[in-house]
Amino acid sequence: MRNIRLIARLDVKAPNLVKGIQFEGLRKLGDPNAFALKYYLQGADEIFYEDIVASLYERNSLLGIIEQTTDNVFVPITVGGGIRSIDDVAAALRAGADKVSINTAAIKNPDLITEVSRRFGSQCMVLSIQAKHNNHGWEAYYDNGREHSYFDVIDWAQKGEKLGAGEIMLTSVDQEGTAKGFDVDLVRAVTNVVSIPVIASGGMGKLEDITPVVNEGHADAVAMAHVLHYDNLTIGNIRSYCIENTIPVRTI
Amino acid sequence: MNEVVIVDYGMGNIKSVQRGLEYVGATATLSSNPEVIAKAGRLVLPGVGAFADGMRGMEEAGLVDAVLRFARTGNPLLGICLGMQMLLEQSQEYGNHHGLGLIPGDVIEIPQKNGGHFYRKTPHIGWNALQTATSEDDWQQTCLSGSSVHEFFYFVHSFMAHPGSDTDLLAQCDYNGLPVTAAVKKDNVTGLQFHPEKSGEAGLKILQQFVSQ
Repeated sequence: MRNIRLIARLDVKAPNLVKGIQFEGLRKLGDPNAFALKYYLQGADEIFYEDIVASLYERNSLLGIIEQTTDNVFVPITVGGGIRSIDDVAAALRAGADKVSINTAAIKNPDLITEVSRRFGSQCMVLSIQAKHNNHGWEAYYDNGREHSYFDVIDWAQKGEKLGAGEIMLTSVDQEGTAKGFDVDLVRAVTNVVSIPVIASGGMGKLEDITPVVNEGHADAVAMAHVLHYDNLTIGNIRSYCIENTIPVRTI
Repeated sequence: MNEVVIVDYGMGNIKSVQRGLEYVGATATLSSNPEVIAKAGRLVLPGVGAFADGMRGMEEAGLVDAVLRFARTGNPLLGICLGMQMLLEQSQEYGNHHGLGLIPGDVIEIPQKNGGHFYRKTPHIGWNALQTATSEDDWQQTCLSGSSVHEFFYFVHSFMAHPGSDTDLLAQCDYNGLPVTAAVKKDNVTGLQFHPEKSGEAGLKILQQFVSQ
């Protein structure tokens, strides 16, 4: 049985948790640690932090936030944004992260995926893909959906797996922050071609959104931000919905 | 006596283990000093990553003998994830590698094929419920004594322990039809494939049992 993981995603512009729509128009929401603890207590299966300004080492940076998070949050923590080297990965793990998520640096230097995976294990290496629709499918973007990589998402996901990624964080830039539901076609197109777990991200707006992305998209995990941050739903609501609808999740 | 020494050999997110133990009231110190490790009251062997790297890290730090000496004292030893797999005799991860040999058996790859065509994804990442090897009575006097079969724990691994004797098997979980070794125990040596320090309240309860055993 594969249990679908419910992941709380926190986009951070230190020292604040922020949220935008399609990564634009960011609003400050408050102390990321307070939100992380709230989601842990609600029963989140994982916490996913993304530093959206990629300022890993600056004062009050995400690494400092994570050191605090691990004092009272005892579920896996992933860190993304600004990870460019083996040393950056080591720094993130030392701060208390369990995995790192890499987008820009992997696009610019795909061998980094292999290096991270060899050094820290593939379970530590999450390939983050920011996907936007184009005429014939989806293109991978970086820099919060602003920069073209000219990589086809499906090819890139397969290549990422071959290079050693242990997981894929698949964000639909088109759906991100819209609360209009996941891009199920995108998720299915990727889960069809890789054998590593895929986290669907971008678009969760209501309980019913989770069914198609799991049953038709075959997502292994779902990440959500907007619906949690604005208290539209709790992780507990979502878990109960999954159990009532025979979507396998951990029971608490 | 709630003092725990955590073996620091350069592998994995050991601070999480330390914070988890501290959260349940233990005094947890990281150490790479063989004398401190051999004479600890309780020892945790953590680790994530590849088996060969883990054993090499232990050898280069001169800690293999220290852990074996500790094990002979009869004090409680807890291996977590890679630390659990290293308790066994050998692993097939990227070639054949010797382990600590405290628990008879091998570490083998999780087979991806299930019934010919269905794919079982690896790494096995996520939350899974424990099953007893025979009955929950087996868990008495172990660090699972406060746990129940309905509780979920966080797993992340591509290889799994295959103990030589069923009597050393403490718990399993079901991964798409495959029984996966979740916990092993032989005398004072316990190994957990899952991460108690990443498994919420259910995991903290296990750490609590370990420090109060």
